[in-house]
Amino acid sequence: MADDLPPPYTALTRHPMMPRTSHDEAARFNFLTHFNRYLSGTIGAGNKLAYDKRVLPAFQAEHGRDPEHRYEVRDAMNRDPWHRMWSALKRNSMEMRQHTGRQAVLRQLDELDAMAAQFNEHSGMLELDPAVEQPPYQTAVDIHCQPGGYHSEERAGDVTVGANYDVGLFATTGGALGGLNDGGGQAVVEWIRKERPDWRPRRILDIGCTVGHNAVPIAQAFPDAEVIAIDTAAASLRYGAARAAGLGVRNIRFVQASGEDLSRWADGHFDWVQTTMFLHELSAQSMPKILAEANRVLAPGGLILHIEQPQYTDEMPLFEQFMRDWDAFNNNEPFWSAMHGQDLKQVMAEAGFPREAQFVAGVRAVVDPAIFPPAPDGGEEDYGRAAIWNAYGAWKPLEKAAAA
Amino acid sequence: MSEQLDWVALSGRRAKGKRPEFFDEPALDRLYSVVFALAAEVSALRERQDTVERLLDARGTLRREDIEAYEPDRAAGAERGLATRAYIARIMRGFQQEVEAMAADDPPIMDVVEQLSRG
Repeated sequence: MADDLPPPYTALTRHPMMPRTSHDEAARFNFLTHFNRYLSGTIGAGNKLAYDKRVLPAFQAEHGRDPEHRYEVRDAMNRDPWHRMWSALKRNSMEMRQHTGRQAVLRQLDELDAMAAQFNEHSGMLELDPAVEQPPYQTAVDIHCQPGGYHSEERAGDVTVGANYDVGLFATTGGALGGLNDGGGQAVVEWIRKERPDWRPRRILDIGCTVGHNAVPIAQAFPDAEVIAIDTAAASLRYGAARAAGLGVRNIRFVQASGEDLSRWADGHFDWVQTTMFLHELSAQSMPKILAEANRVLAPGGLILHIEQPQYTDEMPLFEQFMRDWDAFNNNEPFWSAMHGQDLKQVMAEAGFPREAQFVAGVRAVVDPAIFPPAPDGGEEDYGRAAIWNAYGAWKPLEKAAAA
Repeated sequence: MSEQLDWVALSGRRAKGKRPEFFDEPALDRLYSVVFALAAEVSALRERQDTVERLLDARGTLRREDIEAYEPDRAAGAERGLATRAYIARIMRGFQQEVEAMAADDPPIMDVVEQLSRG
């Protein structure tokens, strides 16, 4: 019966930059890990029951029709007492995760900042550019309720937000991302090794890398490649570069830059452009710009790959779309809903990736099965949080680039 | 480094962005935050007690740094995980049984009373 128990927090790999948790901080994360699984698993089914048994019938009685959009489902469900309680539980769980992480990080910030500064000074893997502005889609709200978002500082040059992100991902995802929270990046590596076993990319760009937990496994898998990991947020990059250095990775550089302006790199510079759980953090204006820039810097024959939760389609029931939208309205993910509602293939096509060159593949977190149980799926899926993703990608055509 | 940060005060900083009001009565929103923070603390206390017992079992004595350094092995981790799961099941019973009740659609108890009272 205990096969699907999440591992204890102490099973996480303590890389040098990982904030040290006290006994009780780890225990709080253990509670939250179990609690999150309980909310999505054991009592998550209450939302569908409430919808089927009373919310949908009441809507039909009032309007004489079924809901036609996930927002109509949301308006109706937000009046339902069960969904309100469940949402309050889930929101509190997120806030407690942030509070626990920040207590751990801030009480040892002097040590963390000093260690990061030392790693970054010696590795040469961090390149900051204070001229890079924080885009409005990163500053409008603090994304996923992380105080300070990815970019803010408690004091000049600190690593608080990056360290807090790393220290608490385990609890947010119910322990499903593996010992280094890198199950997403590992999933990408596993996919590419099956898809093109002999492919040897030389230059790889990861856009929106935050702390690099998904870019580092790619650098480790392709040690002869040069990986550039960019983000607009210096506070995350400082931690990410030091984290990578602490893990002994040398072929990655963390560069402060916006995906909207990749002008420092020539056309066709990269063999592979990667984003992981990034597109939903953007805006309707910036996403096409970033995809067009990604297309420009990608070499003919190169790979673009975006890891995301599945897009909403007409085939996806409105109730599921509504549940997947929960984070957009309750966990500060303001572009989540609109992004997932877009026809990503069309957006990619308009950015220059022909439809016939595109593909969609399913990937799931790759973790050490000796320590980490399989991520819950199927009936227990944690809408929008499950470590099961779609990879939206394209191999850039050779002939089209030659003609251009 | 610069002057010492007030990590207790700073750690509770809110995330920018308007917080949803889940209940009509704001006090209920506040109460949820308190109750579940306490639930996490009780869970942490239980885990700490388990650590103390395991260390005493193994060594017959105790140092505080041993508690901080303790990492359960696979078997102990699973036992503690199961205990946490059972603890959450106890404090969340009301929610879990409401889900069961939604699925069951029991008639009002008065219907049953009347039915069984008929001669």
